[in-house]
Amino acid sequence: MRRLPPVAITAIVFVVGFALCTAQFPNFASTRVAANLLTDNAFLGIVATGMTFVIISGGIDLSVGSVIGFTTVFVALAIERLGVPPLVAFAAILLLCAAFGAAMGAIIHVFDMPPFIVTLAGMFLARGASFLMSTESTPISAPLYSTVSDFALRLPGGGRLTSIALIMLAVVAAGAVLLHFTRFGANVYALGGSRATTALMGIPVGSMTVRIYMLSSVLAGLAGIVFSFYTAAGYSLSAVGVELDSIATVVIGGTLLTGGQGSVVGTLLGVLIQGLIQTYINFDGTLSSWWTKIVTGILLFAFIALQQAMLGIARRAGPRKAGVLKS
Amino acid sequence: MMQRLLQSRGLAQIVALLVILAIDRAVSPQFFDVRMQDGRLFGSLIDVLNRGAPVALLALGMVLVIATRGIDLSVGAVMAIAGAIAASLADTYGLPLALAAALGAGLLCGLWNGFLVAVLGIQPIVATLILMVAGRGVAQLITEGRIVTFTAPDLVWLGNGAVLGVPTPVAVVLGMLIVTGVVVRGSALGLLIEATGGNARASELAGIGTRAMILAVYVWCGLCAALAGVIAAADIMGADANNAGLWLELDAILAVVIGGTSLFGGRFSLVLAMVGALIIQAMNTGILLSGYPPEFNLLVKAAVVLIVLLLQSPRFASAGAVLGRARQ
Repeated sequence: MRRLPPVAITAIVFVVGFALCTAQFPNFASTRVAANLLTDNAFLGIVATGMTFVIISGGIDLSVGSVIGFTTVFVALAIERLGVPPLVAFAAILLLCAAFGAAMGAIIHVFDMPPFIVTLAGMFLARGASFLMSTESTPISAPLYSTVSDFALRLPGGGRLTSIALIMLAVVAAGAVLLHFTRFGANVYALGGSRATTALMGIPVGSMTVRIYMLSSVLAGLAGIVFSFYTAAGYSLSAVGVELDSIATVVIGGTLLTGGQGSVVGTLLGVLIQGLIQTYINFDGTLSSWWTKIVTGILLFAFIALQQAMLGIARRAGPRKAGVLKS
Repeated sequence: MMQRLLQSRGLAQIVALLVILAIDRAVSPQFFDVRMQDGRLFGSLIDVLNRGAPVALLALGMVLVIATRGIDLSVGAVMAIAGAIAASLADTYGLPLALAAALGAGLLCGLWNGFLVAVLGIQPIVATLILMVAGRGVAQLITEGRIVTFTAPDLVWLGNGAVLGVPTPVAVVLGMLIVTGVVVRGSALGLLIEATGGNARASELAGIGTRAMILAVYVWCGLCAALAGVIAAADIMGADANNAGLWLELDAILAVVIGGTSLFGGRFSLVLAMVGALIIQAMNTGILLSGYPPEFNLLVKAAVVLIVLLLQSPRFASAGAVLGRARQ
């Protein structure tokens, strides 16, 4: 068996899934469905891009869902209650998110703590802070919001590629360039391969860790802004559980949870697969929404088992290490 | 020597609990009042014990998993599954069968997690994530998305009754604590579990069946989670697949960490994990009594996690240096 990179398997799963859906519902293969798929999952795509960096570096970020919730409340209150211009509010929240991520990264590095417990504290903190600001849903009626949601690129066939879908695609493209074509990206892979070796190579492990978690939190903030465009409201309970969705997305996208290998393109495919499951359930009409969770869980298991099997094969293949499998 | 270390280790947690209880007393003067009514004890203090029971049960399973250097993120979802099963079966088939089915499901969930970790060798956080994501879907499948209510009196008793005046959930926790304590500390089992967490490879070479150990702790954790789920469902006389046990896995991990059990495995304390669960519940109750919005809870928890982490951090470093254990 020739080694097939995990991302190729993800792509095959998506194509086969899409073909099966189309075979059952002829209307499925339209630009309208495709564009909605991108719009409905825009925030997930953005946050999962950040998560890809964190996971490839061997960490995990459980705080992203809460950061999205915090961002929507912050933006809504700043614009509606304080009358801050939306763009200023966006800049402020992204700065705040950057500081938040940097603090988590610094604690992880300086105190040598497991990332999941530090980001768990971050998750409590961000969710608690958004509850404190407001427990009610605050509608946003700034003119910028209607302008942004009215804007869309019309595709042949009736699809509307909305502005938030475009933002997501831009983030994914920028993320792919950053991860695959820059020194920063190469360092992320190195960190995930082995922390100790990376430090010995002279790469500043501390500042890398800080910057990676900063990136994740900023993208979570951006996802929160996109989420507030999507719902035109700020609500402290929004995006509960998104951290799990985005981790699942990244894994289904072929990124190794132990770090060291993965890709942003795979993550985009992972987002599309999750969207596909949801769209299928909507089309079918008789299936209930909880099937999404079960199918996601099954896919998650399939991909993790696959990774485990590939690691096993790579080890048996001889001196070549698993890292060579990099797609 | 070990005994003395344990005692000095437990001191901080017990002092913390006393301080929080004292704050609770300052906030609400009747806090320590306990009275007997209808053959059951009532009072804020009893309430802390009672409300803390599900997290205490989860922590009892989680502490052994963490001692093997693992983690179980799926306990909240397992609670939802077990609660859903018990609530669906109790009215038609009676308590024994409903309880057996719910605990059996927990056992199976634990076996699944243990299989992924011990046999397939998947990282615990990843392996249990699968059930955490899918488990709530399964629970909703069982309840068909509704909140299933029941009236079976014996199941209601499990959540609201009393044994010799002690609320049933508290009695269950005490019973489970004694059973667990006798099994792991009355035999070499606890030591073997700690050895597995300390260095799985060395333990394997020393002839310890590390796979069986790991499998066993996940199964036990699943069982404890199922019991917690049944009690939580019995408490509200219904099963809510969406919200039962939501975020409780985090509370359970927090309780274990507050109890001084290292996330890097290799040592654990059952009693201190229980103290940790009580600390969390005493904080929750205190915030409720003080009239602050309950949302304040999350902020306080975040602060506690951070403080505990900072306190433990240098200890990790020095313990690591002394033992010469390579952490990677």
